Amino acid sequence: MKPAPLDHAAPTTVGEAVALLNDPEREAVALAGGQSLMPMLNLRLARPDLLVDLTRVEGLDHIRESAGWIEMGAMATKRAVERSSLVRERQPMWHEATLQIGHPQIRNRGTVGGSMAQADPAAEYPAAAVALGAEVRAVGPSGERTIPATEFFLGYLTTALAPGEILTEVRVPVIPPGRGWAFREVCRRHGDFAMAGTAVTVDLDASGRCTATRIALFGVGPVPARAVEAEKIVDGEAPGEEIFERAGRAAAGAIDEPLADVHASADYRRHLAAVLTGRALAQAATRAGRPEGS
Amino acid sequence: MIGDRRIRVSVNGTAYEVGVEPRTTLVDFLRADLGLTGTHVGCEHGVCGACTVLVDGLAVRSCLMLAVQADGSEITTVEGLEGPEGELHPIQEAFLEEHGLQCGFCTPGFLMATYEMLTDDPKPDEDEIMEVLGGQICRCTGYQGIRRAVDCAIDKLGGTRPADVFGAGGPEGPDAPDAPDADPVGADGAGEGSAR
Repeated sequence: MKPAPLDHAAPTTVGEAVALLNDPEREAVALAGGQSLMPMLNLRLARPDLLVDLTRVEGLDHIRESAGWIEMGAMATKRAVERSSLVRERQPMWHEATLQIGHPQIRNRGTVGGSMAQADPAAEYPAAAVALGAEVRAVGPSGERTIPATEFFLGYLTTALAPGEILTEVRVPVIPPGRGWAFREVCRRHGDFAMAGTAVTVDLDASGRCTATRIALFGVGPVPARAVEAEKIVDGEAPGEEIFERAGRAAAGAIDEPLADVHASADYRRHLAAVLTGRALAQAATRAGRPEGS
Repeated sequence: MIGDRRIRVSVNGTAYEVGVEPRTTLVDFLRADLGLTGTHVGCEHGVCGACTVLVDGLAVRSCLMLAVQADGSEITTVEGLEGPEGELHPIQEAFLEEHGLQCGFCTPGFLMATYEMLTDDPKPDEDEIMEVLGGQICRCTGYQGIRRAVDCAIDKLGGTRPADVFGAGGPEGPDAPDAPDADPVGADGAGEGSAR
């Protein structure tokens, strides 16, 4: 018996779940797929009084397209996303990011909302969300609100969710025709957390020059972050190896203080970020040039 | 002290209705409450995969799930692989023949992960096999025997669903009994093997 004593509630509506989370008498935590929270409970890094299990809440596991967005309920599992032809065809970067998360044995239970709310700095979904301009929907005692992904990740394992708020949906824009994308990471084994990774989109204007470039790095800082300076280097330029390598170095150079641990030093992570970003830009630009083959 | 919760689960075709403390992980429930110690408990934080079981047909880490969350589910453990006369499942035979195990600690997890993969796709490609095996840790074999065992299991099954090897009604087979309809037995009746 590893976790400290706790109670478990399995509400069936978002309203009930929010009420339980806001019980003033008890410290309550929302439980999604449990692939991050359960280890923390087993290691007793988390000792809540009450787990508010979202598994049986109705209406939180959809994957659908609506008005230019792919909408994924917070409790949609990564396995369901991985197998969704809608996601694969309409938002291929999100599909690719999903395949990099853990193994099927983890994706069978891990959820879209869980990854976003956990906000691990090396996680794939948060970076893809920032690069793609995704939005997060949350419901709390005072109602629903929508938070842009770029404003959602505040710090290491810390999001803009208020205490007592539940993440209910992640919405990602459908990829527009002609937009190139790339999602690359380096980790010790497939499925491990990334030592460094990058999520990139590139558009080409009528003259074939890069525009609206977005670069989000992950695994290198406390939150997935846009590499704005590097984006500016690329925009307005014709695709080319030299410019992409320069942008990669700029993206890596702008990392304030790279993470460092037993798996990778700060210098190595910075190096990976530069190389991966350069390669990702090239791949994205190639895909932008031939959207039908991307 | 938090009181016990009643849960109903079907494990290897046997229905159980038992009380569990909410903090009990599924693996501890299977081993300690039901006496099904074939499922091994390793790292207890989701890394090693030794505790992998099938919950409603999906391979999951039973250390990363609470027993109360399994309420209403059908669970298959390594004990559920054997045939009616206790014979080994072809996947188990394949691991035996190809030296897919040495100490055997990780083996139940590898077997269940392989079982789900071959249920999903009787002829998985190399990437798929390596990704699934990558989710399980073995510290003895160096993995080559395990990798060969998967090929051997694919050959032995010859396209037959792992659940249909001993006829319909095997674990996750179309005729597996539903927990609510079967006679519930208490935890005291546990460890008697699976009902077929």
